[in-house]
Amino acid sequence: MALYRAHVLVCKGTGCKSSGAAPVYDALKEEITRRGLDKEVMLVETGCHGMCEMGPIVVVYPEGSLYCRVTADDVAEIVEEHLYKGRLVQRLLYTTPEDKVKIPHYRDIPFYKKQFRIALRNCGYINPDNIEEYIARDGYVALAKALTAMDPEDVLAEVKTSGLRGRGGGGFPTGLKWEFCRRAKGDKKYVICNADEGDPGAFMDRSILEGDPHALIEGMMLGAYAIGADEGYIYCRAEYPLAIKRLGVAMAQCTEYGLLGDNIMGTDFSFHLHVKEGAGAFVCGEETALMASIEGERGMPRPRPPFPANKGLWGKPSNINNVETWANVPSIIREGGEWFASIGTEKSKGTKVFALTGKVNNTGLVEVPMGTTIREIVFDMGGGILNGRKFKAVQIGGPSGGCLTEEHLDLPVNYESLTAAGAIMGSGGLVVMDEDTCMVDVARFFLEFTQRESCGKCVPCREGTKQMLLTLEKITSGKGKMKDLETLEELALMVKEMSLCGLGQTAPNPVLTTLRYFRDEYEAHIKDKKCPAKACSALISFVIDAEKCRKCGICAKNCPVDCIAGDRNTPYVIDQERCIKCGTCLEVCPFQAVSKV
Amino acid sequence: MTIQASEVEEKIREIVKPWKGKQGSLIPILQAIQHDFGYLQEDAIEILSREIGIPTAEIYGVGTFYAQFHLKPRGRHIIRICRGTACHVRGSLKILEKVMDILKISENETTEDLRFTLEPVACLGACGLAPVVMVNDVTYGRLTPDSIQPILENYK
Ligand SMILES: Cc1cc2nc3c(=O)[nH]c(=O)nc-3n(C[C@H](O)[C@H](O)[C@H](O)COP(=O)(O)O)c2cc1C
Ligand code: FES
Repeated sequence: MALYRAHVLVCKGTGCKSSGAAPVYDALKEEITRRGLDKEVMLVETGCHGMCEMGPIVVVYPEGSLYCRVTADDVAEIVEEHLYKGRLVQRLLYTTPEDKVKIPHYRDIPFYKKQFRIALRNCGYINPDNIEEYIARDGYVALAKALTAMDPEDVLAEVKTSGLRGRGGGGFPTGLKWEFCRRAKGDKKYVICNADEGDPGAFMDRSILEGDPHALIEGMMLGAYAIGADEGYIYCRAEYPLAIKRLGVAMAQCTEYGLLGDNIMGTDFSFHLHVKEGAGAFVCGEETALMASIEGERGMPRPRPPFPANKGLWGKPSNINNVETWANVPSIIREGGEWFASIGTEKSKGTKVFALTGKVNNTGLVEVPMGTTIREIVFDMGGGILNGRKFKAVQIGGPSGGCLTEEHLDLPVNYESLTAAGAIMGSGGLVVMDEDTCMVDVARFFLEFTQRESCGKCVPCREGTKQMLLTLEKITSGKGKMKDLETLEELALMVKEMSLCGLGQTAPNPVLTTLRYFRDEYEAHIKDKKCPAKACSALISFVIDAEKCRKCGICAKNCPVDCIAGDRNTPYVIDQERCIKCGTCLEVCPFQAVSKV
Repeated sequence: MTIQASEVEEKIREIVKPWKGKQGSLIPILQAIQHDFGYLQEDAIEILSREIGIPTAEIYGVGTFYAQFHLKPRGRHIIRICRGTACHVRGSLKILEKVMDILKISENETTEDLRFTLEPVACLGACGLAPVVMVNDVTYGRLTPDSIQPILENYK
């Protein structure tokens, strides 16, 4: 095998790709060859590094220097300076947002420093399309260990010892779930991977599917071995074409290496795997709806019991886990359940991947031990709030989750603490909101989502979410009454109690938490007809400060409804009756004379 | 483009063939039909119903349940505007309004020249780059209302 003195890793995850990673890769390839370095320097395409905000990202090893927002024009300099002369390209290094310090090493960047990677251990390090690279990082060691030296019961016991809980939302103990399915009667059993990732604001599953598909496949095989299943399905949403492609490549390689199919590694264990493409319905992420969808029906939830462990896919005992849950399994079997259980808090073991988005400086994926505080995630790793604005809330757990405030910043994140605060771990989406975000609008936004995605099978969810949405729309448009808040609360509790599946049972959470922590904002909309964040267009108006107006007329020229009047001698004035509140005047005014009130 | 009835029939037979007798094949078959025909046209559904012995009502049931299936012709280019949470707090509504203004269509509509179809979606899984728009298979991130127009001009 050829030896290389340096490796250049280019992230080709979805984030970096859309920021222009492909031309960077091509330019690097050309430049490295042109300078005759192609025998010494290896160029690798990897999955996501997590710090999407700074993409396209290029990392050069052995130094581990991370270059941010690289363009094709920077390539010649990287090759000349770094690969030829051994000097860092200072201007492309990560710079801390507060004190503008350049950080030469990947490991020292605050975004990565506090991370502890188990599920994402290979993402950004290996070429996901090459099984050899996965094997070189101890891939399929756990499978070999299980098949040759462990009984299915041993594998099950190890997962139970680890304390691993479901990463897809519910947090149900994985070992226990496997045990139910193992003990269920039936000679045909299925394992299923939930890769529907429907929560807006979450993309960790995508990152694993695209960056390390073999970890998921190995995890599923270990699960199948422990449970006694010989067939598996990965249900992946159609919005992730790259993930589907990479899964296909990975599965073909496994088949070629004898890691999928009959008599794996010469043992009695056989396993066949299929990928099913989702067809775009949020509710299909719910496990019973997902199974209905695999069966080719409308993806509507089924009442439980019977539980999938007894009667799941095509009526057979089935075990379903989330992508991140499966991806943790190989490390647990390799390193031992005790090791995994030593990480995290008393009841929440291991790590969790969070998708940090919204009004924060470093958006991206971070994997941290359970028990890390929200402050550490948002401020230390995330680099604080965008444009130096003030933190207001963080929305956690997607449309089923809730909004937490400043007072929760030091809350150690685990399943119990979040539920107690009225939110949920959910899939781990953290959307940061600043003082410009209106919390009533956020509640309305989520209700609009759940109302649209309600499958319509049960009345409380179908009609209840609709009424709640109408009430919220009334409030954000300035027509709310104080009595509406009581109605909202009543409806919320009713929908929560009576809905058939998790969608309806959790849909009121964003409303309930905002009512609990931001009641004053609701009241301001109702009593004062004001939106404190100045976000609800019905409750704001735009005005021109006559003192500051230099009478240039740019606002009037750009106004789409011609409602601004004035001339070279008189300051411009907005006709409030006709104004559509598009905000164009505020954007175009060169003298900051327009303001929102 | 008009396709002869017999051609439709032939095409459907071809699509259905590998799935005959297999469980859970309706969704992948519909995905294949939509891929080849662009949308689920009425005659195709009728032929399919006969071929696989599933009532048209049931096929429509599935076809209307999932956002991915379309019963009307769609544009040559599909614009998917993310209306997920991360994009919402970073201003995706302004992008949506701008596109509606440029193309003079509303959500889930197609321009008259069949150039574009506009679809809001819940999340494109590129939240780190919010606000995000996907045109066909290409994802564009960190958009502003001003940067969207030149992007659309690349699609004829
Ligand atoms: C409306 C709804 C949507 C869901 N969406 C997802 C999803 O996109 N991905 C996921 O892994 N779990 C989702 N779940 C949770 C699944 O039903 C199920 O609990 C999970 O896949 C179990 O895996 P785990 O134990 O590994 O978490 C959803 C649940 C509900 C009620
Ligand atoms: S919220 Fe827009 S891509 Fe996820």
